[in-house]
Amino acid sequence: MIRFKAALTASALTFAVTTLSAQAATELQWWHAMTGANNETVERLAKEFNESQSDYKVVPVFKGTYPETLNAGIAAFRARQAPHIIQVFDVGTGVMMGARAAIKPVAEVMKDGGETFEIKNYLPGIVGYYSTSKGELLSFPFNSSSPIAYYNVKALRQAGLDPAKLPKTWHEVFDAARKIKASGWACGVTTTWPTWIGLENFAAWNNVAYATDANGLNSLTPKLKINEPIFVDHWDRIATLQKEGVFQYGGRTVEAKNKFLSGECAILTESSGGIGDMIKSGMEFTTGPLPYYPEAAGAPQNTVPGGASLWVFAGKPAADYKGVAKFFTFLSQTPVQARLHQVSGYLPVTFAAYEQSKKDGFYEKNPGREQPILQMIAKQPTDNSRGIRLVNMPAVRDIENEEIEALLAGKQDAKTALNRAVERANAAIETAAKAVQQ
Amino acid sequence: MIERRPVGTLLAHFTLIAGIVIVAFPIYYTFVASTRTIAEILAPPMPLWPGPHFLENYGQALFGGLGRIGGVDVSLLLANTTVVALAVAVGKIVISMLSAYAIVFFRFPLRMVFFWMIFITLMLPVEVRIMPTYKVMVDLGLIDTYAGLTVPLMASATATFLFRQFFLTIPDELVEAARIDGAGPWRFFKDILLPLSKTNIAALFVILFIYGWTQYLWPLLVTNSNDMNTIIIALRKMISFADAETEWHMVMVTTILALVPPVLVVVLMQRWFVKGLVDSEK
Amino acid sequence: MQRRVTFPNRVLPYLLLAPQIAITSVFFFWPAFQAVKQSLYREDPFGLSSAFVGLENFRAVLTDPNYLHSLRVTVVFSLSVAVAALAAALLLAVMTDRVVKGRGVYRTLLIWPYAVAPAVAGMLWLFLFSPAMGTLAFLLRRAGVAWDPLLDGDQAMLLVVVAAAWKQVSYNFIFFLAGLQAIPRSLIEAAAIDGAGPWRRFWSIIFPLLSPVSFYLLVVNTVYAFFDTFGIIHAVTGGGPAKATETLVYKVFNDGYVNLDLGSSSAQSVILMAIVIGLTAVQFRYVEKKVHYA
Repeated sequence: MIRFKAALTASALTFAVTTLSAQAATELQWWHAMTGANNETVERLAKEFNESQSDYKVVPVFKGTYPETLNAGIAAFRARQAPHIIQVFDVGTGVMMGARAAIKPVAEVMKDGGETFEIKNYLPGIVGYYSTSKGELLSFPFNSSSPIAYYNVKALRQAGLDPAKLPKTWHEVFDAARKIKASGWACGVTTTWPTWIGLENFAAWNNVAYATDANGLNSLTPKLKINEPIFVDHWDRIATLQKEGVFQYGGRTVEAKNKFLSGECAILTESSGGIGDMIKSGMEFTTGPLPYYPEAAGAPQNTVPGGASLWVFAGKPAADYKGVAKFFTFLSQTPVQARLHQVSGYLPVTFAAYEQSKKDGFYEKNPGREQPILQMIAKQPTDNSRGIRLVNMPAVRDIENEEIEALLAGKQDAKTALNRAVERANAAIETAAKAVQQ
Repeated sequence: MIERRPVGTLLAHFTLIAGIVIVAFPIYYTFVASTRTIAEILAPPMPLWPGPHFLENYGQALFGGLGRIGGVDVSLLLANTTVVALAVAVGKIVISMLSAYAIVFFRFPLRMVFFWMIFITLMLPVEVRIMPTYKVMVDLGLIDTYAGLTVPLMASATATFLFRQFFLTIPDELVEAARIDGAGPWRFFKDILLPLSKTNIAALFVILFIYGWTQYLWPLLVTNSNDMNTIIIALRKMISFADAETEWHMVMVTTILALVPPVLVVVLMQRWFVKGLVDSEK
Repeated sequence: MQRRVTFPNRVLPYLLLAPQIAITSVFFFWPAFQAVKQSLYREDPFGLSSAFVGLENFRAVLTDPNYLHSLRVTVVFSLSVAVAALAAALLLAVMTDRVVKGRGVYRTLLIWPYAVAPAVAGMLWLFLFSPAMGTLAFLLRRAGVAWDPLLDGDQAMLLVVVAAAWKQVSYNFIFFLAGLQAIPRSLIEAAAIDGAGPWRRFWSIIFPLLSPVSFYLLVVNTVYAFFDTFGIIHAVTGGGPAKATETLVYKVFNDGYVNLDLGSSSAQSVILMAIVIGLTAVQFRYVEKKVHYA
């Protein structure tokens, strides 16, 4: 009991001390959802920034998963206790944009804070995703990744395929998958994030519209276009492969990664961020670009990022924003960005950090790490590939996942599945837009 | 004397072992994972028996730096979690015993109203009413406080309900006898009800301690300072599914370590479950 | 339900009730009232714009075929979970009470799984046992079983029922065991002397004496299956495939917490509250009649 009391006192003391020392500098709350090695990175960045100057103190606070963090932020905003900076996942982008009065665009923060900010120094595929259609940057891209293809080298060899000549198009990938299956492998191909990779990035990479109004950038109520023939044909093929056992559905998020790690499935389309686990597992694998359809005009275009960005809440004192702007400038520094990129496996946000990593010989030592960057900077983004902005993106993904699952279970054909997805999603978007617009 | 049939006893043992295999398997398997390398964990199927890395993994977790969990000392995390678990368990038992006592042993106006007021709170988990509850916490200044971490968790009816169930089984003769002896409500409570409730209190304490120990979403929501973190939050910080490597073997080790205190509570409270000589002749 | 003999006192009962009522009012009734209010509005997540829409949210929810589907899923799920968790726990508790050797070991091993935090259990479940990547799934498939709960709705339902029941077995076990241990051995011995076999002893003496705790567990398990299981569903199936495991409370959680549709999710939680209040009332009014108190 005595020891317990001591622990209590000790914790109360530490608490008092931290509060006291914080009074010297303006405290900037940074709520985030970073776990694992990335949590360390966040803590380290804050520490370095705090040591680099004495006016501001960035306090990182872990607030759970992405949805948990967003909910905590919203609850805090409603109670007028919002943090300065909040990390919001890619699909929450539309939600944040819909709440213009609640946020302060990063471009504005930088300008008011007197920090120079040149958008052309940043990778267009990434900043484009977090900007308005007029090019105003709304949130600061923190962690970005993009889908690429992973191949099990042993499986390729067993099927008589050359690991040095990887398939490029979906036709070639499906062919290879069939050959691998025929050679006795359990499963040819699978994918993580069927909606992010198979619909959103599928549209951008093949340069076809995902939704009207520049994928929702110009309107609150875009209509989905994922029931166009190119989508239907693609999913029809996947459904056929599923029936043949060549494709194996692995779930709505990252679960399918383990089908690849276990050696069950030979080909996987997955986020570039997944490469760390592949390396750690010790398996022999190689990476290639995300497949595309040659019949699509302009394909391959560019892929869109996933991950998260940092949003700034409105309604704080001007002095605080100055600190936030300083912090973003700190994050943009080439050494910081290059290190973030090389340590965390996320994409660099600036060209300078990319060049620096090239100079460091990082990509020779780490094959596969450059692939997603090449995909993102291949071409200037078009209206089809800038990003997707739906006010209720998480709900739309749910709908798409449900219809895809019914399709792969053989309960409906691809045409019906995507038609139903479009119909249900459009209705949901309209309802959600009403709440924001009124 | 009750007959002891060897076949029946054998069957009982068999059922229990089968039950344990099913119920405890996930924990066992977590332990297995905690003694293996990350490569073995990442490439299913992971073997079903413990690996050779027990000392190495546990040594690293206990003495190998704490960077993974936000720079907060493990002893502070454990102290916080213990405070929360103890406060929730003790607070809830006291509060609910009192209210159950009132409802069962007194007759007073509005009794049924209070009864229902308490019992409809059996429902609606935190997640579903998160925004209004958070606002209440801010308005009361309870963010980043131990009170904020614990008091709202005491507001559920399960414990009250359990005591009510138990109090209703106390024979009327006992109450009458106490009244004839001139014992007031307080003496009856202290000298008769409390000793009789021992097994129930022990069972509840175990359950509530664990309930408090394993809280995640609530502490996450009402604390903004790393120094107020609990071990479960720290554990969740280590686990990443998308886009970051997770030291899975370390996660498994920490999971097992986080299990030790609640398991100790279970083991230590066990003797209160065991029927003593006095109880059996009551 | 009340005792015949009570203490006469005018003030004391209110004082005894005060702490619980105070906490309940602040942290339950006030937020619940807010939820009811919210259900009549259409509002964006940040509360920047809101409009009174009357019962529109309720109309939308109740005319949604998906909602009725969820209701069916909930009934199947909750019944299965409650029955499975209670039956398994009762069996294990009776057996533990019966054996002499190794009782303590059995008891400990059956209780401690409860100590795994749900937030962590979900992760472990996903990592070690999930349909897509878990070792067990891998072994099953390798053995030629067409195990694919990611696409097969019935298998997915089986999986969440087992996972949810698993989490509750230890809880039930503790209370059943505490109840069993509180039964005077002399009563059972008397019955044994009268020639009652173990089966008859159980149903005519032990089970009636256990009925107060059984009733408690019945109510708690129903509530558990209804409300506390969305974390498990979230981790194991995410409501899928194609809504096959989407229960009412998972829908409230997903629509409100993940998809941020406040109006609809508030309306759903109000309906849910009404359902459970009704259910609890039925249990107290009718089921409790069968409970044997002193």
